[in-house]
Amino acid sequence: MKAGRRTFFKRGLAAGGVAALATQHPKMLAAQGGLDGKPLEVPDWTKMLGPGVTAEPYGVPSEFEKNVVRRNVPWLTVSEQASVSFTPLQDLDGIITPSGLCFERHHGGTPTIDPEQHRLVIHGLVRQPLVFTMADLVRFPSVSRICFVECPANGGMEWRGAQMAGLQFSHGMVHCCEWTGVKLSTLLDEVGLVPQAKWLLAEGADAAAMTRSLPIDKALDDVIVAYSQNGERIRPEQGYPLRLVVPGWEGNVHIKWLRRIKLGERPWQHREETSKYTDLMADGKARQFTFVQEANSVITAPCPEKPLKDKGFYEIRGLAWSGHGKVARVDVSVDGGRNWQSAALQEPILSKCLTRFRLPWRWEGGPAFLQSRVIDETGYVQPTIAELRKARGVNSVYHKNSIHTWRVNVDGTLDNVQIL
Amino acid sequence: MSTGLSTMFKFCSVAAAALLVGWSATAQQAPFGIGHKITDAQIAPWNIDIRGDDGAGLPPGRGTVAAGEKLYVQQCASCHGEFGEGNGRWPELMGGRGTLTHDDPRKTIGSYWPWAPTVFDYVRRTMPFAAPQSLSDDETYSIVAYLLHLNDLLPADASLDAKALAAVRMPNRDGFIVGDPRPDVRAVPCMKDCKKGEIEILSDLAKSLGVTPNQRPKD
Repeated sequence: MKAGRRTFFKRGLAAGGVAALATQHPKMLAAQGGLDGKPLEVPDWTKMLGPGVTAEPYGVPSEFEKNVVRRNVPWLTVSEQASVSFTPLQDLDGIITPSGLCFERHHGGTPTIDPEQHRLVIHGLVRQPLVFTMADLVRFPSVSRICFVECPANGGMEWRGAQMAGLQFSHGMVHCCEWTGVKLSTLLDEVGLVPQAKWLLAEGADAAAMTRSLPIDKALDDVIVAYSQNGERIRPEQGYPLRLVVPGWEGNVHIKWLRRIKLGERPWQHREETSKYTDLMADGKARQFTFVQEANSVITAPCPEKPLKDKGFYEIRGLAWSGHGKVARVDVSVDGGRNWQSAALQEPILSKCLTRFRLPWRWEGGPAFLQSRVIDETGYVQPTIAELRKARGVNSVYHKNSIHTWRVNVDGTLDNVQIL
Repeated sequence: MSTGLSTMFKFCSVAAAALLVGWSATAQQAPFGIGHKITDAQIAPWNIDIRGDDGAGLPPGRGTVAAGEKLYVQQCASCHGEFGEGNGRWPELMGGRGTLTHDDPRKTIGSYWPWAPTVFDYVRRTMPFAAPQSLSDDETYSIVAYLLHLNDLLPADASLDAKALAAVRMPNRDGFIVGDPRPDVRAVPCMKDCKKGEIEILSDLAKSLGVTPNQRPKD
């Protein structure tokens, strides 16, 4: 068994890995040796000192990881200021998305905000309108929570058919971070809600002055006014210095660059909750205020960007999540949904959070259809694309969370296809 | 002794009652005392939201379709087209009525937006794209009047103020289902022999379409 694995690695590297490295870093190949009967060499980096502790006051990824970046789809939007970039899920492990790789979606570019000058105003149907500085907000009792943020248009280009030839673009509008801030309910207690306050309007300080209405029950439940992401202050493109985090709900309501919250009796019916972020059904009627991101999952390895190199052992890896709570189970099929096996779930399994799943697999070199299917703690089962289309038609744009299929071809490449 | 105890109890319960009253009075106050009181006048420059369904928050002022056309040509047409038809992939602002059930539904102000005051709110807070919040209220009323005219919702000689704007009935006002009907799919998680026959491929164009950027990123 041990010998078999070693043989596999040797063959795998010889077939593809080393060839790819050789084209980019011939010196590195020469230095490593140890393959094809050659002795190991002592490389240059072992024989000289590297940079010291002051070389990178803020650390950055290795220069060999330059390919691990957000990417956008130029034809999708007309302007980079009102556009989206995608998380490179194909290159990530675990459940935490590095802050610099979190997909971006904004409607008027990223503002440059001086935290000393930033203000949050809470007013409307409250007993005492208040304005807070960042220093004020950091003084309140704080909370931290790991949760996903997913644009409801994630996968939305594929209602009619498979269109994106890669995982980054088919599913990359999701990220998962640890957020720290003050609970919105704490701030609402501070201003004092009047009984008529049933909804609130959250507004950003960006050039889109983005607004969304949220019902008060959610606001008082688990919404966070966050100032930190993965342990440090939020990245500019993620809302620096202040944003809403609305666990489990569609990304657009997690208002970034948060400057104002107004309490009112009913929703404001603003552009982003009428013209956009509404789900057009086949009969021409549109669903409004469909906030929750229903359970979704995808296989992240292998995928079109990470093809199979040779026959033998592979671990099928993927991500599952649900806006309704915890992931209860993930099933994986390698034969297009004929037969399923339950995958192992990696701890921690947190509510409204990405969950990593894994299933050992041996690829025998033939065609295969890889699928994952999540079941969340409410018992909700991720649907097929056919089931979703039957219920909603193909014009919804938003909330497409169907089972995704990667076709494995005999040469080890993978394609995004949709199957019945 | 017995009297003493009873006095003590009495005292305690009075103290507890006082504490309760005090606590409930505090609950009416800010629990942490952090933050600064602010007046409506101080908030006014940021207090720009307008409620779509009744126009609450619409400012005083007035505009006309005629003035709106001039402003639109200067400030909006380069992206949205001379008549709101859209330029390239920039959004179209007119037409599309009756297309919401089509293969290619056109969701415009006239065909999709349920409330007219929302147009004022959006134009004033975000437009023109490169210079948001630069239009005066009168200019915004004029541009909104022209947009409604392009959608056959105002005549060419119309003027528009808060009351008139709130009174415009949008064609798709009743086009929205409020309340989330999901879960609307209840799948059954079959585990064994769930399908018969060959796998039927519904869509297999992702690679050949060639619309994915960096289709084969360098390793």
